Amino acid sequence: MCPKKRGTLLLLKKNYFMSQNAITIESLEENLKVLARQRAIYSVLFIGAIIFIVVSGVGVANQYNAGSFTRGVENFFDYPADLFSDAFEAGWGWFGIVLSFIPALFETFSAAVFSTVVGASIALILCPLATINLSPNQVTVQIVRRTFDILRSFPELVFALILLYLMGKSIVPAIIAVTLHTIGAMGKLFSEAIENIDMKPVDGLKSVGARWYQIICFAVYPQVLPLVLSYSLLRLEINVRASTILGFVGAGGIGAYLTASLQWRYGDEVLAIMFLLVATITALDYFSSYVRHKLIGKISA
Amino acid sequence: MSIAVYDREVSFQEIYQSVEKKAYYQKLTTLVSIGAILLYFVFSIIQFDLGSISRKWSPERASRLFLDTYAHKDHVVMNWKDTSKISVNFEGDYRYQYPSFPEWLERIGDGKDIAILTFNSGSKAIFRDDKIIFEQSKSEDRKFIFGIGDNGKPYAEAYDNDGNEKDLPNWIRVTESKVEVRPSLYERIQIYKRKVEVHRYEFGWKYFWFDFFSPLKDYSLPEALSLIFSNERIEPDKTNFELVFSEISDNEQWMHGTVLFSILETLLMAVLGTLLASLLGLPLAFLAAYNITPFKFIRFSLRRLFDMLRGIDMIIWCLIFVRSFGPGLFTGIFAIAFTDTGTLGKLMSEAIENADNKQQEGVKSTGASTILQHRFGIIPQIMPVFISQSLYYLESNTRGAVILGAMGAGGIGLQLLGAIRTGNDFENVGYMAVLIVLLVTVMDQMSAFLRRFLIGIEKN
Repeated sequence: MCPKKRGTLLLLKKNYFMSQNAITIESLEENLKVLARQRAIYSVLFIGAIIFIVVSGVGVANQYNAGSFTRGVENFFDYPADLFSDAFEAGWGWFGIVLSFIPALFETFSAAVFSTVVGASIALILCPLATINLSPNQVTVQIVRRTFDILRSFPELVFALILLYLMGKSIVPAIIAVTLHTIGAMGKLFSEAIENIDMKPVDGLKSVGARWYQIICFAVYPQVLPLVLSYSLLRLEINVRASTILGFVGAGGIGAYLTASLQWRYGDEVLAIMFLLVATITALDYFSSYVRHKLIGKISA
Repeated sequence: MSIAVYDREVSFQEIYQSVEKKAYYQKLTTLVSIGAILLYFVFSIIQFDLGSISRKWSPERASRLFLDTYAHKDHVVMNWKDTSKISVNFEGDYRYQYPSFPEWLERIGDGKDIAILTFNSGSKAIFRDDKIIFEQSKSEDRKFIFGIGDNGKPYAEAYDNDGNEKDLPNWIRVTESKVEVRPSLYERIQIYKRKVEVHRYEFGWKYFWFDFFSPLKDYSLPEALSLIFSNERIEPDKTNFELVFSEISDNEQWMHGTVLFSILETLLMAVLGTLLASLLGLPLAFLAAYNITPFKFIRFSLRRLFDMLRGIDMIIWCLIFVRSFGPGLFTGIFAIAFTDTGTLGKLMSEAIENADNKQQEGVKSTGASTILQHRFGIIPQIMPVFISQSLYYLESNTRGAVILGAMGAGGIGLQLLGAIRTGNDFENVGYMAVLIVLLVTVMDQMSAFLRRFLIGIEKN
């Protein structure tokens, strides 16, 4: 008998002696077998479903893809190789190209910063209205929450494309689109954070007759501020990517240069922009995780 | 007065002072940070030239766009030279010409009036040989006359109830070559030197189910569906069932078939991408965790691989893949799979390292092999994290797949980009936007449900 089974049997025997009802070991074993079989069936079904999705999905994808899968795999390294050979040809001048794109990167980056700051501020102002324990009435809670939901589920791209059509090509539509999406996403996170705060400071301020805005300012915001800052940093990273993408569809910044270089097939410029983007996002990632660890340490302390 | 703190006496005054000092510094920090943010706003408004919004924003375009998303219009065009011919076209498309006048356009032909067009609001436009008479149905009951003067230029005149001439209201604009009349959002009359064009808007999406040329265009959807169960065939060579569904999916204007297929493509991209990432990420995460893999070299190189996959953004992967796989689903699938393999691999390897080793030791004490130790000692601990993270990525990748689509991976993103770029079919843009929001919301709810179902953790 394998050790696992013996352990189970011992446990079953103990249960048998302890229970009032007469349960035979055989019936328990039977139950166990049924459960094990059920589990096995579920696992097989689950694995089967995954295999089915992968196989049929890849089949559909292969059918409707412009190029074929096998050719794609063969050619996978061609493009990166092209880029690197172009960059190698440029020699030391490549670093000059990298430097020349820094103003565009700065534009995209500051657009992301601006939309994060504005979005986070608006979300911070609105979110006390969206929490059940603080809002003046329940109708406001529902209205503000649904607004957050709508803003959040609309992809930035849809907003941005419509605004680009209305305002012409500039970075402003991207800023507005990213800001609106940020309000939705941050509003939800902040209101969830506010729902979980310690209510004692709120009660304390209420007891001395503080007004609603005073309670929010002095009892609520100080509690969520570290969380707000850490979420904002996380959001900044997302927004840098988002504004790059929006630049790609027409809203200025480094994304626009990337489109142009791609279309002109200047491999060295494409590689320079990719390098800048990866460097920025990685640096932001490290910076924000460093600051977040500090802030979260502060929360738990 | 003073109190004892630890081993020394501290006067109340001292405490007050320190408290006040702290409060003062806190207030100062708050004020300075608010001031800094405001200053940053001012700086940014100048930097991004946000003032240009008001200059670039064209309310006319915006209102037209908004109107087009929920309303449709019919164009009525009359040539001044040949007033016997009045053409009525749906959305002004030359192919969608009504064979006979619709009920809101009445042909009179008594020698004076040619036709009378009734707007939704009850206002009337009377077509005559040399002019258009527009009668407003509002309380003032005002009357306007537009036409071509003797000098060949369009003119506009306004009269009150008693027939006295009045000043033109501001919704009539007269230029050298054109008179533009827009009494309300739903009515528009344009008088040119050669022709007059009247746009009549109506609420709703017309021909949504069956297009202009469909044999079923006069049927509503329930009527058409009930046709399925009748034996009389509308088209002799097709069953009614086939006819109804092929007409719906081949709708020329709304392209239901294409749009739904693109939605499916986007969904497939997200699901397959996330699935591949999870299937690749989990084993790699085991190899990258120090309590599983003793070889430092493997761990280190896998960690760097995760960093690379994660650090290179999804868009950049998309651009690289679009070159090798061509525009299509594979591009999107692999862009998502590559990025998320990195993220999931990193997250899961951290989760594995943080797993409690008591369970593993327990399994080990029964004499189980290493693989069984991992299977029963570690996997049950990390499974909830793995499932919830995978579902979370599935949800966010649905949104990402829409964007990847616009960047060359196909799917609904590309359709949306196309519809907006043509700048004409805003009802399609609205339709697709609604579908995208629905897709995202459904995925959101579904992943929340699955998370609860599989892990059993209630929200909050």
